[in-house]
Amino acid sequence: MSERLEKGLNVLRAEMDKKVMSFFSSCVRCGICAESCLFYTETDDPRYTPIYKTEPMRKLWKNEYSFWGKLKSKLGISEPMTEADLSDWEELVYDGCSMCGRCSMVCPVGVDISMVIFKVKHALAVAGFSPEGLVGATKRAVEIGSPMGITMKAVLATIKHAEENTGLKIPLDVEGADYLALLSSNEIALYPEYLESLAKIFDHAGVSWTLSSAAYEATNSGLQIGNKAIAGQLVQRVVDGAEKLKVKNVISPECGHAYTALRWEGPNFIGKAYPFRVVHILELLDELQAQGKLKTTGMETDRLTFHDPCSIVRRGGIQAQPRNLLRPITENFVEMTDHGSMNWCCGGGGGVSSNERAEDLKHTAFNRKKSQIKEIGVDAVVTACSNCRMVMEEGLEYNEMDIPLLGLTELIAGHLAEKPR
Amino acid sequence: MIEYLIDGPLWYFSLAVFSVGVLWQLARILFSASKTDLSVARGSASSGALRNVFSRFIPHHEIAPRIRVQVIAGYMFHLGLFALLFFAAPHVLFLEQNLLGFGWTPMPHWAFIVASQFAFFGLLILWLRRMLNSVSRLISTLDDHVAAILTFVVMLTGCLALLKGFTELRLLHRFTVELLLIYFPFSCLMHTFTFIPSRAFTGAWFGRRGIDA
Repeated sequence: MSERLEKGLNVLRAEMDKKVMSFFSSCVRCGICAESCLFYTETDDPRYTPIYKTEPMRKLWKNEYSFWGKLKSKLGISEPMTEADLSDWEELVYDGCSMCGRCSMVCPVGVDISMVIFKVKHALAVAGFSPEGLVGATKRAVEIGSPMGITMKAVLATIKHAEENTGLKIPLDVEGADYLALLSSNEIALYPEYLESLAKIFDHAGVSWTLSSAAYEATNSGLQIGNKAIAGQLVQRVVDGAEKLKVKNVISPECGHAYTALRWEGPNFIGKAYPFRVVHILELLDELQAQGKLKTTGMETDRLTFHDPCSIVRRGGIQAQPRNLLRPITENFVEMTDHGSMNWCCGGGGGVSSNERAEDLKHTAFNRKKSQIKEIGVDAVVTACSNCRMVMEEGLEYNEMDIPLLGLTELIAGHLAEKPR
Repeated sequence: MIEYLIDGPLWYFSLAVFSVGVLWQLARILFSASKTDLSVARGSASSGALRNVFSRFIPHHEIAPRIRVQVIAGYMFHLGLFALLFFAAPHVLFLEQNLLGFGWTPMPHWAFIVASQFAFFGLLILWLRRMLNSVSRLISTLDDHVAAILTFVVMLTGCLALLKGFTELRLLHRFTVELLLIYFPFSCLMHTFTFIPSRAFTGAWFGRRGIDA
């Protein structure tokens, strides 16, 4: 057995818990999950059936944990796993799955397929079967501090521009602030207006906040590639930064997987609970609105809809908040046919957007979102994840659809009432 | 001799394999390791688990039109089989005399016919789909086919035994039931029991994250 196969199998063995055992004991191969997956519905390729993507894990379970597997092993007639059992699944798991979790919502026996796919991804990453684009991004995240290679120098430049555009001071490394705000790479490089919006909103609501020069990056390439050790290392940087500044809360930015990495998986990655609270920016804005600290004025007259980012809504539980925030500032808001926890993914989550090899498949998968948007005929789409926003902007441009994408935090910042005196 | 074997030792053996096997498989799952989630919960895991065990009986309306065949055929088969298993007159009598010591009103003959047709059609549709649909064909295993064939044979021999009343047919039915009982704990038929912890684990996960699942 090769070393990389051994490494991969050891990860699968370590990930075999009571949940996985109950899942594989229950799965009756009905194929219903296929109908929930945009990579299957848009390609009609049965290989993209979600439960099929878990095959390496199922095979290990069958070989080493089932009665027949154990019996065959005793009789010396078992079919051992080979490198192909891992390498042949690399494309399916990394290119053909955005970890959106829609399959986990529909399985009649309750299998959390998305969770098992992540475990397979973890094994593939450790065994060295990962796409080049993600490997490069992860390397940059570890060595430079950001998957896009963004250094503190670039962050300082973004801060300077934001201060010039808003006339407000952006706090940096302020010890004892209530909130530490993080940014995703996209928000630094592509959507710097997010930082400007934070400055305006927090100034309006009187929020004590800061950025950190030690922990500014929320993007977690370790989670995207599936390597828990690296994911933990990146989470630890944030924890160290937050502890150094003694903040009470850390704000996860408009980035779906960053929220998953920091809010839900982070403590498990580093093996301890945080001494601070993690709050998504939408949760915080909703809280401020409920407390009367966030007052808006004026209404958007355009026909708008909201794209639910999978990691924030379906896998993160933040479904009511964006709607609470949109209600007071939109007079022509319309929901997509499938929305909320059953919304369709943009097709670029789970590291697909960082994986150049998956470009064509990503565009094919985007057809689902394209028809959803076309069906309701909107003037603009609002979302709350910089990755979804980037993927949808690319997809709409690719399909020659002139529909702008708006970040929800920016939209709120554009409707702030005069600051209470 | 064969009658003695089927009604006696083989019956007790199959019942023992089934009971011990099912309990052993469930214990193996429930007592396996599982890491504690260190993140701060937003909602209740236990209420999420409970909700998910029941809510998964009804498919999400967003996907329902795409899975009509599986849902309708699945319900036809399972409800039909349940009715046959617990309300067919010979089964009620058998359970009363051999296992429980009490009985209940069995279903009338016309209901038996309806239930058996539901179960047969449902199973046949599901099995045909398993062989003809590209997704089902790709993901199906030998176990799925063996379980389907065995269940079909048990239902067929049972119906024949009831309708014709020959001893040989009764023995054949009982023999196939014994084969099914022995196969059950080591096959996908275990989903009869394991779907509950499976739904509960996933529901707990959703529940603690405050997800509307």
